[in-house]
Amino acid sequence: MSTGMQESSASREAEPGTSARITSAQRTSAQRTSARSASVRDGRRRRSRGPVWAERPPLVERIGKVLALVLITLVVLVPLYTVVLTSLSTEETITRAGGMVLVPGELTLDAYATILSGNVVSRSILVSLGVTAVGTLLSTAVSVLAAYGLSRTDSVLHRPLLFVFLITMFFSAGMIPAYLLVSSLGLINSYWALILPGAVSAFNILILRAFFMGVDRSILEAARIDGAGEFRVLAKIVLPMSGAVIAVVALFYGVGYWNSFFSAMLYLTDQGKWPLQLVLRSYVLEGVQLPGSELTPAGVTGAAPPASLALKMAIVVLALVPILVIYPFVQKHFTKGVIFGAIKG
Amino acid sequence: MIERRKVPLGTRLRRDWPLLAMVSPAVVLMIVFAYIPMAGNIIAFQSYSPYAAPGQSPLMAIVRSPFVGLWNFQRVLTAPDFWNAVGNTLMITAFQLVLFFPVPIMIALLLNSVLAPGVRTAIQSIVYLPHFFSWVLVVTIFQQILGGAGLLNRLLRQAGLISPDGGGLDIMTNPDTFLLLVTSQAVWKDAGWGMIIFLAALSTVNPELYEAAAIDGANRWRRIWHITLPALRPTIILLLILRLGDSLTVGFEQLILQRDAVGQGAAEVLDTFVYYQGIQGGDFSYGAAAGLIKGVVSLLLVLGANRLAHAFGEAGVYQKEAR
Repeated sequence: MSTGMQESSASREAEPGTSARITSAQRTSAQRTSARSASVRDGRRRRSRGPVWAERPPLVERIGKVLALVLITLVVLVPLYTVVLTSLSTEETITRAGGMVLVPGELTLDAYATILSGNVVSRSILVSLGVTAVGTLLSTAVSVLAAYGLSRTDSVLHRPLLFVFLITMFFSAGMIPAYLLVSSLGLINSYWALILPGAVSAFNILILRAFFMGVDRSILEAARIDGAGEFRVLAKIVLPMSGAVIAVVALFYGVGYWNSFFSAMLYLTDQGKWPLQLVLRSYVLEGVQLPGSELTPAGVTGAAPPASLALKMAIVVLALVPILVIYPFVQKHFTKGVIFGAIKG
Repeated sequence: MIERRKVPLGTRLRRDWPLLAMVSPAVVLMIVFAYIPMAGNIIAFQSYSPYAAPGQSPLMAIVRSPFVGLWNFQRVLTAPDFWNAVGNTLMITAFQLVLFFPVPIMIALLLNSVLAPGVRTAIQSIVYLPHFFSWVLVVTIFQQILGGAGLLNRLLRQAGLISPDGGGLDIMTNPDTFLLLVTSQAVWKDAGWGMIIFLAALSTVNPELYEAAAIDGANRWRRIWHITLPALRPTIILLLILRLGDSLTVGFEQLILQRDAVGQGAAEVLDTFVYYQGIQGGDFSYGAAAGLIKGVVSLLLVLGANRLAHAFGEAGVYQKEAR
C-alpha cells in the first residue's frame, strides 16, 4: 500500500497532493481530538480522519463502530480458537476446564497421532481427498470445455444447447428420481456416486462462458486464420488468459466436493467408505463411538466412554485444514470482480 | 442469429464440430443426471415398489409398477406432516428474510466506513471465512459452543448463573427457539459472504457524489440514505428476488443434520420430508410426489420473482433476449 492514499473509499480518487494539504491544515484539530494519533507517523494520521468535507462522527458512534467490528470478528474467531486449542490439549487440561478449553494449558499432539494412526478417520480423509481431487479435475475440465463450446453465439445448435444447461438452474428433478437413477446405474457404494450426479453446475459453466465471451475476438480470429482448430485455440490462447476465473471455478467445485456429506449419506451404505464429513457427523456431532478408537478400553460395551473431546475436535480441525490451506488462494482470486461479474452475467 | 442463416448447415457443421464435441461431455452428464431423473418423476403417478421387479434395477421396477393417477398427490396434500413441513419451510424463509438478509448490508456499510485498508481487508477475510465451512462443521461448532455440554453453558455454570446440575440453556434441541438457531447459524456462515457482494457494489459508487452531497449540506446519514442505499438497490433487489424464488429451499444439509435433535415438529422442511418419507420410509412414489410439488412450485416462484424484478425495472435473473 502506498502511504499517501490510505483513506476511505469515499475519497479513493482524490489526488495525493490534495490529501497532503488536508493533513497539514487539520493537524491541530487532529491532535486535539485524538491524543493517540499524535504518536502515529505523520502520513498515517490522516487515515482515521477521512476527507476534509466529511464531518468527524461523534465519539460514541466511533466507539460503537469499533465495538461492533471487534464483536463480529470475535464471533467468528473465538469458536475456531477454542476448537483448535481443545484439539491440542491434554485430557487433563480438558477435564480441568470442564470441556472446551479457552485458556491454554498443557499442549499435546496426541489426538492427531491417534486419529492419523490408521483407523476410520484417516481412511475417511483419504476418501475425501481422493473424491475432491478427482471430482474437481473432472468437473473443471468438463465445464471449461462446455463453456468454450458455448462461447460463440453463432455456432450450430448454440441456443438449444445453452438451454440444456439453463433449464437445470430453474427446475431440478428432485431427490427420489435421482436416487433411483444412481441405484439403477449400480453406483450405490461407488465413489462415482459422490462425483457424477453433481459433476457439472450450470452456474459455473455460465461464469466461465461469460469470461470466454469477453476474450478479444480478433485474437481468436487471427489464430483461426493461421489454421488453429478450436481445441488449439482453447489450449494455447484462451486457457492461458483465463487462469484466475478457472481457478475460481475449480475452487467452487473443490470446496463443494470436500464439504458435501449428503450424497455420501444417500449413496454410501458401507460405513467403511465414508468421507470425512460423514465421519465428523456421526462420531462428533451425534457422538457415536469411534470403532477401533485407541481410547476405548476393549471389551467394555455399553458403558464405553465417549470419544475424548480432543479427539473430536481434532477431527473438526482436520475437516477445516484444507479450507484454511486454500484460503489465501481464495483471497487472491475471489476478488469482488470475479464474483460480482459472475452474478451479473 | 437469423442473418447468419445464409451459411449452409453443412459448412457450419464442418466449422463448428469441435465446439459441439467440447460441449458434449457436459451435455451427456446433464441428460443422464438431470433430465433422466426429471422423467423419473413418473413414479409420482405410480404405486412404485422396488419389488415390482425383484433383483432387477429400479428402472425395470418403474416399468412394471402400476399407474395410480393422482393418488400420491392426494395423499401428500392431505397429510398434516406435509403441511407442517411447508409451514416450517416458509417460516424459516420468512425469518431469514427479516433477520438474515439485512445483516450483510449492515456489515458492508460498517466495513465500508472503516478507513484503514489493512483493517478492512483483515476483517473482511475473517468474516467470510465460515462460508467455506461445511454444514457439518458449522453445526458441530455451534453444538460445542451452545450445546447442553458446550462452552456457553459451562461458563454460565461456573459463573453461578445456572445451577451446576441443571440442564442449562437448551439452545441446540429446543423446538421453540429453533428458528432463531437456524437463522443465527446461517448468519454466522454466510453473512460475510453476502457482505462481499455489497462491498463490491459499494466500491462502484463515485466518491465525488459524497463530496458534492456534503458540500450541499447533507450529513452522513442523509448521504447513506440518498447515495449509498440507492447504489445498492439493484443488488438488494436481485438478491431478494433470488431468495424469494428459492423460498421452498432452506439449507437442506443444515436442517437434516439437526432434524433428529430438534424433532420433526419444528425442523422438518420440504426437502427433509421428501428424504424421510421417500427414501427412509421406502414410500418412493409418495416422496416423489412431494418433491415434484416442490419443484413445480419453486419453478413458478422463480419465474414470478423474475417478473417482479422486471416490474421494478431491474434486469432480474434472466432476460427475454440475451445478447
